[in-house]
Amino acid sequence: MEFVRNFPFFCIMLAMVSGPVSSVLSGKKARVLSLSVVTICEILSIATLYYTLDLDGPFVYTMGRFPAPFGNEIRVGVLEAFMATSFCLIMLLSLTGGLKYLVKDVPEEKMNLYFIMINLLLASLLVLIYTNDLFTGYVFVEINTISACGLIMIRGWGRNILAATKYMIMSLLGSGLVLISVSIIYGITGHLLMHNVHEAVLKIVAEDTYTEPLMLAVGLFSVGIAIKSALFPFHAWLPDAYSYSTCSSSSILSSLVSKGYILFLLKFIYRVVGTDVFRLSGADDVLFIFGIVGMIMGSVDAIQQTDMRRMIAFSSIAQIGYIYMGFGLGVEAGMVAAVFHILAHASAKSMLFVSANGLAEVSGQSMNYRNLRGSGLRNRSAGAAFVVGSLSMVGIPLFAGFTSKVYFAKAAMNAVTTKEIITLIALAISTVLNAMYFIRMAISVFTPKMNEEYEDERFRTGTVYRLSVVVFVVIVMILGVFSNPIFDWIERGLTEFS
Amino acid sequence: MLANLWNNYIDVAAMILFGIGFSNLLLQRNMIKKIIGLNIMDTAVYLFLASMGYIQGKLAPIASDGVLEASRYINPIPSGLVLTGIVVSVSVSALMLGLTVKLYERYHTLDIDEITTMVRKEHE
Repeated sequence: MEFVRNFPFFCIMLAMVSGPVSSVLSGKKARVLSLSVVTICEILSIATLYYTLDLDGPFVYTMGRFPAPFGNEIRVGVLEAFMATSFCLIMLLSLTGGLKYLVKDVPEEKMNLYFIMINLLLASLLVLIYTNDLFTGYVFVEINTISACGLIMIRGWGRNILAATKYMIMSLLGSGLVLISVSIIYGITGHLLMHNVHEAVLKIVAEDTYTEPLMLAVGLFSVGIAIKSALFPFHAWLPDAYSYSTCSSSSILSSLVSKGYILFLLKFIYRVVGTDVFRLSGADDVLFIFGIVGMIMGSVDAIQQTDMRRMIAFSSIAQIGYIYMGFGLGVEAGMVAAVFHILAHASAKSMLFVSANGLAEVSGQSMNYRNLRGSGLRNRSAGAAFVVGSLSMVGIPLFAGFTSKVYFAKAAMNAVTTKEIITLIALAISTVLNAMYFIRMAISVFTPKMNEEYEDERFRTGTVYRLSVVVFVVIVMILGVFSNPIFDWIERGLTEFS
Repeated sequence: MLANLWNNYIDVAAMILFGIGFSNLLLQRNMIKKIIGLNIMDTAVYLFLASMGYIQGKLAPIASDGVLEASRYINPIPSGLVLTGIVVSVSVSALMLGLTVKLYERYHTLDIDEITTMVRKEHE
């Protein structure tokens, strides 16, 4: 069983090596390679999760067997293994669900380039999940950005390139702040490995020596990650980037890329500075306020959209707001709910993007609200998935979104009174707003169209597409119904973090 | 306060440069100027890191004349970080320049606001 300890490292290396290999393969072979790499990573991550559940605590894997100050480390606990498992699974499903559209949208000679980006993205996400070193984290944040940029622009339209440029500009601002914050932390603590930094931080706070630079670094890091993951006032790049790229890209971008950064922030809060220092810095209040405003404003923007994909993209802003609101609540339960919401949102949002593309396909490739009428009757699997995704987003019982909302509300009960009241009100308003656009769209998708243009041709979707949609629905239902073991894992993982 | 600033003048310069680079990247409309801002910002961080690792009167961390005691050399880790950072910065600059070329070929301008208006018109 000791051998399992190597698996996280194998996953990362496998994903990273398969990138350059894809560049010399044909599009088709690169696709097979990439899909098998994601599948293998999924299997290895499941094995790692199974292994860590039996252990008493997390284990540290030193790269090349060099001890701490010289070598690099990855650290594997229950939460890391579980996140890696779910990220690989969602990536696999987004790829298989969008495969048909990918072949249409991406020219054959560029196909292998697309899969280089997918492999790099997988590697960087895994590193962000597992790494125990701040600077490695920063480097892979940048690699994540570069590969995400590739995913956005692969279609080659003018507006894709513009969206990618805007994404890069905002992301680079964010990573500049992350880099300077990491440098300041290195300057005052003299370490880069997370547990060493944490010890030094505790000492600094106890002796009150370099408190100001430390607080500055915490603030800069939080803002940097907030910009990169499109928290409310920094979200301008998001709708274009998500809505005009190909199906797999939009679902991977919305569900995984921003979540990778948020997980890195989570590690920073717990493993580097510690929750107490994070709260001392006041950064949690800032994240809380922007999270709350984002929850409302994202939905308000989404209501005004006539393009379905843009609507789903704007709803992402609201959901990111939920996660940051959980981070900002200032109680342990809020963090747990936020981590659960990362999963709930990732699975539901990628499913929504995949089903939206299925619906557009039977409506003359149009994403317009009017043209989509009745599309759920023409493509039933996509229609059903869209309804499930919408219900989860709104927060109807049985689905993932409901569980996370309940836990957010529960967490708010433990928080300071002002935060409690604000959170509960915002949750209520946001639920109503979500219902306004998602339910409207879900009803319209199943309303038969008068003067049927697309004569009752019942559309046959491919088996792969239907299978991925079914698995997506199952995941959302599992997160909604059997959430207890998952909450146990998250809680255990967070305790191991600190 | 002033004495502190004077003693750490390299860090102060680095922070000012960081601010200049950051605001250029954020506010300039011309893509090339934005990329210059990006490079100023990253270079400021390297200055900050390099000054942190430097110890007056010691050598660059490359073993020379067969001397292996650590006390003769400066701290090598910040230099390593700077090298890694430079690699990252080169690749993002290249990517940004590539995107700029693509945009220029299509819209014949470097002004990102103008490009945005053109793209919007294209799809109306």
